Amino acid sequence: MIERHLSNKRSARAEALRRAFYRFRQSRLSLIGAAMVATVVFFTLFGAVLAPFPEHVDGGVDTSNRFSAPSLAHPFGTNELGQDVLSLVMAGTPVSVSAGFAVVFIGSVLGVIVGALAGFNGGWIDDVLMRFSDLMLTLPSLILAMAVAAALGPGFGNMIIAIALAWWPGYARLVRGEVLQAREEVYVAAARAIGASPFRVLFRHILPNIVSPVIVKMSLDMGFAILTVAALGFIGIGVRPPTPEWGTQLSIARSYMPDFWWTAVFPGLAMFMAVFGFNLLGDGLRDVLDPRARR
Amino acid sequence: MLEIENVSRTFPARRGLFGSTGGVRALNQVNLSVSKGESLGLVGESGSGKTTLTRQILRLDTPTSGRILFEGQDMAKLGPAALRALRARVQIVFQDPYASLNPRMSVHDIVTEPMLIHRGKLGLDRRQRTDRAAELLELVGLGPQHLYRHPHEFSGGQRQRICIARALAPGPSLLLLDEPTSALDVSVQAQVLNLLIDLQERLGLTYFFISHDLGVIRYICDRVAIIFQGEIKEEGRTQQIFDAPKSEYARSLLAAMPEVRVPD
Repeated sequence: MIERHLSNKRSARAEALRRAFYRFRQSRLSLIGAAMVATVVFFTLFGAVLAPFPEHVDGGVDTSNRFSAPSLAHPFGTNELGQDVLSLVMAGTPVSVSAGFAVVFIGSVLGVIVGALAGFNGGWIDDVLMRFSDLMLTLPSLILAMAVAAALGPGFGNMIIAIALAWWPGYARLVRGEVLQAREEVYVAAARAIGASPFRVLFRHILPNIVSPVIVKMSLDMGFAILTVAALGFIGIGVRPPTPEWGTQLSIARSYMPDFWWTAVFPGLAMFMAVFGFNLLGDGLRDVLDPRARR
Repeated sequence: MLEIENVSRTFPARRGLFGSTGGVRALNQVNLSVSKGESLGLVGESGSGKTTLTRQILRLDTPTSGRILFEGQDMAKLGPAALRALRARVQIVFQDPYASLNPRMSVHDIVTEPMLIHRGKLGLDRRQRTDRAAELLELVGLGPQHLYRHPHEFSGGQRQRICIARALAPGPSLLLLDEPTSALDVSVQAQVLNLLIDLQERLGLTYFFISHDLGVIRYICDRVAIIFQGEIKEEGRTQQIFDAPKSEYARSLLAAMPEVRVPD
């Protein structure tokens, strides 16, 4: 009997997945977004390995070959140190994407904790937590991140902490609103009538039902987080050269515009691809996960 | 089994930007008692305090004054552990089967959750819980093939059966039925009502049945109480109230009941 239950369980899951995938496939834009994100993830994993001039990625220079225009040997041209721009752009992917992912992850975890506590408990806990996150929201995120990065010193980890600190209040607000709404659902009253503890009600009944908007916001935010990482690199308080990073590359390249346009355009395009891809994917996920489209 | 003594619930006035709203007296000195094995019907129009009363009984809300006794114990005086134990004995089926099931949980998880929470009392391990869930589904007219489906795959009547299975899972003796059929199609209503009657006979349950549908009440209940604006207007045996209502309000309510005339 149990064996039969389990096969039912598996087929039900597979069926739900198939349906979700079908809905996702219906939208061409989200497929394009998914393909772009897949490309970005591919280069995140293999970009540094596949780079045609790995010695340039490690900081090697070739000054005899400065500012050569895009050619077959250097499809994206070379920069002011004679480094292959294609290799640098490929190798810059992991920094941007992993930093973006870390920011969104830390920000959403912090935000979900704060928002869930505020929305679920209400009363003074809600007031204190939400006024504090409102306060954080009033500070422009880039300025706050700059201040934090300046205080902690430049570096990959500090940059992530700096941006994540500016990032969580958006999640806190979203989650609080969703929790307030879910708290009044009849199935929550039913769970309480069964004798479920507040902990159980929150983790088993409320949070699973508000996961969708959080995931959608995470995938939409990925793009903006990548942009913010690049912006910090551009200002010069992000990742230090020689570690390749798109924002830093843009920042250096801007003094050679417009004559040596390829040094700026290609890192910029890579950034555009990543941000646009995550945004399209986020929109597609929203269509799939939105409970109103369900039933 | 259940005694409701002088229970009142007042919702306090709210002072806002545009002046204040007066307090609402949702329940006023309600006295009712339900004895073991019977079905008490509570009839009243929308806003008469029916659902507020169920929330007091389930202790999802606290009465402003008065007390509620379950098997002689004052519910307000129970500690958290005792309250939890009591929640296994008093269960509820809500009105809207579309809203009362967690859409993220499979039927298996929904029906086994009460057994998991009350595992100390029921003493069932994981495997036994699954088997018990399959049994309960069969008891309410579904089957083990439904265990790993999600609520959105079921019709309203089927969902209400799942709600009934969940309510039965911790082994309750008193079942609150808060308009369990009013959100269902007429044809499905009869099936669910017959299921409830059948379950009462088989499991010896006590019902506290809330409805605004007098036909349903007459079909199921031994005794009826009529509530209007938070006050019990009349109480008595079903037959007696339907044949010879004493209060003015009961008479007007019965007069408003649509009659099905069979042409002869």
